[in-house]
Amino acid sequence: MNNSYEPRIEPRSGVERILDSSFYWIAKILGWAIAGILVWITIQVGLKAIPAIQTFGLNFFSTSSWNPVNNQYGVWPAIYGTLVSSFIALAISVPIGLGVALFLSEDYMPPSLQRIMVFLVELLAAIPSVVYGLWGIFVLIPFLKGFTPLRGPGMLPAALILSVMILPTIAAIARDSIINVDQGLRQAAVGLGATRWEAILQIILPAASSGIIGGIMLALGRALGETMAVTMLIGNSNTATIDVFKPSNTISSLLANQFAEASGLQVSALMYAALILFLITLVVNVLAQLLVKRLQRI
Amino acid sequence: MIKQTPSTPSGFEAFNLKRNPTSPRTLFGLIMSGIAGLFTLLAVIPLFIILIYLLTKGISSLSPAVFTQLPPPPMLDGGGFGNAIVGTIIMVGIGALISVPIGVMAAIYLSEFNEGKMAESIRFATNVLSGVPSIIVGVFAYSAIVLATKSYSAWAGGFALAILMLPIIVRTTDESLKLVPQEVRQASVGIGANQYQTVLQVVLPAALPAIITGVTLSIARAAGETAPLLFTALFTQYWPNWNNLLVEPTASLAVLVYNFAIVPFQNQQELAWGAAFILVLLVLATSILSRLATAKRTY
Repeated sequence: MNNSYEPRIEPRSGVERILDSSFYWIAKILGWAIAGILVWITIQVGLKAIPAIQTFGLNFFSTSSWNPVNNQYGVWPAIYGTLVSSFIALAISVPIGLGVALFLSEDYMPPSLQRIMVFLVELLAAIPSVVYGLWGIFVLIPFLKGFTPLRGPGMLPAALILSVMILPTIAAIARDSIINVDQGLRQAAVGLGATRWEAILQIILPAASSGIIGGIMLALGRALGETMAVTMLIGNSNTATIDVFKPSNTISSLLANQFAEASGLQVSALMYAALILFLITLVVNVLAQLLVKRLQRI
Repeated sequence: MIKQTPSTPSGFEAFNLKRNPTSPRTLFGLIMSGIAGLFTLLAVIPLFIILIYLLTKGISSLSPAVFTQLPPPPMLDGGGFGNAIVGTIIMVGIGALISVPIGVMAAIYLSEFNEGKMAESIRFATNVLSGVPSIIVGVFAYSAIVLATKSYSAWAGGFALAILMLPIIVRTTDESLKLVPQEVRQASVGIGANQYQTVLQVVLPAALPAIITGVTLSIARAAGETAPLLFTALFTQYWPNWNNLLVEPTASLAVLVYNFAIVPFQNQQELAWGAAFILVLLVLATSILSRLATAKRTY
């Protein structure tokens, strides 16, 4: 009998094998390239910072003058401003973000309306930073001048805009982790006679806490590194003051303002400042990712 | 015989399931609900205020000339930001050309060659990379490209944008590949396809709409990024010069908004509002379109 209809099963040709394995290796190498970029950033910025690290050492953190004429650099006011602006922003947006997350995860409104509200809150994160800055200069600062001692740019408008910018991060991740809490827990709480808010405060929020804290830390990471809106609103004055109506500075606004015109040791000092900001945000982000990841595993 | 006495457990009113509208517990719940609702309203108010200002101030400063002319000097009426639009397109284009192939291949590695721990650590690195402040990416591109080539250039700006787009592309591609059912891959392997044939001819086409959505989102985000362009592409009043192979300062919409927002000249401020309006329109349109596109499931 002639079995010509039966296709023969052949071993894969050499070309196909090479194509197949090179496809795999290209994908693998490019996958690892993503992790490699993080290492590359650290090395590249670190190398350029070495002259400044050698010159200023740890005094860089405690010195508060930034004087390109005398080649005297210190980042204390910038670090101070970065931390203060971020924590003011968190203090405003954490309660509001949690309120949004709860209101948009409970059954207060029909699902279709809820979806639209969630989308609107997410849109806040999509508006470019520089547009927030523009709006802050021409609308927020004149508005705040009307009833506060604010005279122009300062810590307060910068922190307020920051709080608007990080709100969606907190709200979205808190909402995700609240929704992910086992429905059985809520039913048990309600079955024992808890009211809606007793169940929320005593059962749901504690159960969702790791994801919520992770979301807050992600937002903190964003706030620490946020550049354009802060640079446009904070006044860029290299002084550490507790007065929120006075101009101040952050590491990112220092970089944004000085880099284009810097030369010599100033570039290295800016690289040093960038390295500090990079490492701070890296630590905050890694911790945040670990917390949020735990949430996904539940 | 034990006599049964009707006893009431402490704190409960026996045989009464009625909700007491004035009890502290009910009132507390009402107040908290009110606060949560108020906070939600408070959260979306800035969005509407900003959009209203952009609409009123932005549209009024737009005209056909704005798209074709160069930025005006201070106090002089007219002019536009044609060079900034071209510059943004060039740099976002360079960014997409670098980040799309790398990002899509990396995502293919993550979802198709399921290698457990390795893939997990790359996903972790991707998430960490997406949290790196954009100004740091700018500093990095400055030190890696501007210092090395001794010139500000569209390439340095595009390189910085590519790094910012990369995590978005990897994450959205990874997620859309995961949505393709396992049976599709099995069927492909079952009829004798190799791994690269399965991925390139079966899985990738199935996930393509979602991948394009992710790429579009990342392009819209990149167009609005300012900090990484400040000292990589810088800014210029002139059109990009192709004879220089893009190795020269290049204008962009985002940097134009920044530069013209902090000057005291009315005509330039108006252009800043116009450019901001275009940037936000781009982001809003892509966000809404991508929402509609992913609402329809592809498989």
